[in-house]
Amino acid sequence: MAKSNEPIWWSMFSAGGVMSAFFVPALIVITAIAVPAGWISAEGLRELVQHPITRIFLFVVIALSLFHWAHRFKFAMEDLGLKQLGRFLDIFCYGSAIVITIIAAAKLVTL
Amino acid sequence: MANKQPTRAGKDYVRTVPNTWWLKKKTYALFMVRELTCIFVGGYALFLLALVSRAGDEAAFEALLRTPLLIALQIIALPMVLYHSITWINLTPKVMVVFRGEDKVSPALIAGVNYVAWAVVSGVILWIACCKG
Repeated sequence: MAKSNEPIWWSMFSAGGVMSAFFVPALIVITAIAVPAGWISAEGLRELVQHPITRIFLFVVIALSLFHWAHRFKFAMEDLGLKQLGRFLDIFCYGSAIVITIIAAAKLVTL
Repeated sequence: MANKQPTRAGKDYVRTVPNTWWLKKKTYALFMVRELTCIFVGGYALFLLALVSRAGDEAAFEALLRTPLLIALQIIALPMVLYHSITWINLTPKVMVVFRGEDKVSPALIAGVNYVAWAVVSGVILWIACCKG
């Protein structure tokens, strides 16, 4: 059988699926509802984001969510008839997930 | 010109499916909705990155959280991400089959445990944000 990177991408997709399923709805409630409504102060949330544990947590959520997107989006686009894009679709999806993850790591370390 | 049969060139034969195949049945359409929830998961990751990047700047941090367009996009994203959570948890009994001795643990129990864990985790996150934030 030909060697394939598929298991790596699938693992990242799966880990990101779990992280986003369990954490993102509550995070959206905070950032889209609780803060604009004034239930949580933006300043308090900002201080919380600066805490090292919060930063590590957010890095994991951001990075794995991106890889979740990359894998699922690639196959959805192929299902919608963009299979002829081939390598370009792979490079766009996994490439942007890798690049943005590196940016996120840099941002969160230097915060 | 009698021989107009389509040729099958072994592995290279590709059965063509119209790109609108997913509109033919409700289950196909729901499958496509589930797959496209990833756009909202990825989009929210970008929003979180933009937000944490502004953590050193009080005004910019609050301004991003109060941008009407971004609030609207998140309100659209919320039901999509909830659909992702629900479909993901509903698949857990298929992905992890658990045995207790000789007996298979019921799929409803496995999904149920995941739903409880999701509720607890969400409660903890909201509690931390409310009380520590």
